[in-house]
Amino acid sequence: MAKITYVEFNGTEHVVDVKPGLTVMEGAVKNNVPGIDADCGGACACATCHVYVDPAWTEKTGTPSPMEESMLDFAEAVEPNSRLSCQIKVTEELGGLLVRMPESQH
Amino acid sequence: MANKDGRILILGAGHAGGTAAALLRQQGWTGPVTLLGDEPVAPYQRPPLSKAWLKGEADADSLALRPESFYPEHQIELRLNERAERISRGAGGGEVQLGSGESLAYDRLILATGSRARRITLPGMDLEGVLELRTAADADRLKAALQPGARLAVVGGGYIGLEAAASARALGAEAVVIELQPRLLSRVAHEALATFVHDYHRARGVAFELAAGVDGLEGEGGRVCAVRLADGRRIACDAALIGVGAVPNQELAEAAGLACDAGVVVDLAARTSDPCIHAIGDCTRRPLPLYGCMGRLESVPNALEQAKQAAADLCGTKPPTPETPWFWSDQFDLKLQIAGLPLDAVRTVVRGEPATARFAVFHLNAHDQVQAVEAINAAPEFMAGRQFIGSRRPVHPGMLRDISVSMKEVAA
Repeated sequence: MAKITYVEFNGTEHVVDVKPGLTVMEGAVKNNVPGIDADCGGACACATCHVYVDPAWTEKTGTPSPMEESMLDFAEAVEPNSRLSCQIKVTEELGGLLVRMPESQH
Repeated sequence: MANKDGRILILGAGHAGGTAAALLRQQGWTGPVTLLGDEPVAPYQRPPLSKAWLKGEADADSLALRPESFYPEHQIELRLNERAERISRGAGGGEVQLGSGESLAYDRLILATGSRARRITLPGMDLEGVLELRTAADADRLKAALQPGARLAVVGGGYIGLEAAASARALGAEAVVIELQPRLLSRVAHEALATFVHDYHRARGVAFELAAGVDGLEGEGGRVCAVRLADGRRIACDAALIGVGAVPNQELAEAAGLACDAGVVVDLAARTSDPCIHAIGDCTRRPLPLYGCMGRLESVPNALEQAKQAAADLCGTKPPTPETPWFWSDQFDLKLQIAGLPLDAVRTVVRGEPATARFAVFHLNAHDQVQAVEAINAAPEFMAGRQFIGSRRPVHPGMLRDISVSMKEVAA
């Protein structure tokens, strides 16, 4: 299990254990963490699972694929550390990861 | 309802119902929440049933919306394998009679009964191997039929049928798609997209019979062995998938006297004509504010949006931002993303070359406002198109058509 901290836009923190192999998005949805909508269920088709990866973790979470990048290009309030959480696979190495959520996914 | 301690009963444990239950807890509903479903499994995602799941790329665990433990942890009573038979409405609440004879009282009721595959009356529909695709159980039967070399006949050239045909090919089965109209996706997509999808499938071994009526299904020993076309030809098959649209499950609502019109009629807070009853998802006919009309949207994004509307209305929290309708489809390595509805469109702009397998069709109205976008492997076009639709800002058709102008520049 990898401990992941999700921080809502209003500052509320949710610390949950996520099974390696799931995505950061699935870790939120399956634990009822609000703020990640994931309309498409992880198909990289909607950009409603947008998160900001804590700068300390951007290296470990890797870089977005061209598909993810073009989805992010048109998402709201995008920052250099923006990612679609359905595209980040959880591994043991990501234990301790912290992601923040935007004000809205739409 | 100002207080959040009433009894909520949700009929239908699909994507809409399951999401509504979770959102009610997220938004502070403290009263009992019961989620009733007639399938044997907890809420799961249906879209992968014709795609990743069918191809064996996703397992049952990943289909589940949430783990089984989620429901008891959040005091959601999940009752599976139960069917609601009748709604008895009263003032300030009512009760629902179940197939088992039991009655469940509610203060607030959420109808999330979904839709079912449209059935056609044809000889041979009751043969073994004649399948539809709505539920995980349907998908199990289809998957079992898709052995390498098996022949699948698909009746209906819509999204479900095409996704199943693509998955069948990926599994090494043969697939023939039979469509009554002279082209695919006739009700739902532009001709340029339909032609492209047709050619793409053909190049990957899917056969087509267009403008072909079906007279019936033929069997051998009780099992389907062929689809008989109106012109007398027989398409031999080992299984036949019927995918000719969906109809809303509105019978319970109708019998209870709720306003229905090919779907349970709701407003933008998902309220039905009874103040104690909301309805969400595929079973509803809802306002489409961007288009000034009512419509039925069969999609996960719609199920989620209406679940949010109902939860916000019940909990007295901020209503969700209105969304532009959209959905997606995966076929082979194609990603189709479609937003909006081409209701008042007077012309289309095709951006990109279909031959490159990366293009988009924009539907514009008389004021050059984008009404809908259909994108194939074209995420920027889809994302920008969805924004154009929502903002109603007119676009410049010439810029839109010119692929040397990026979508960011078109949007600027």
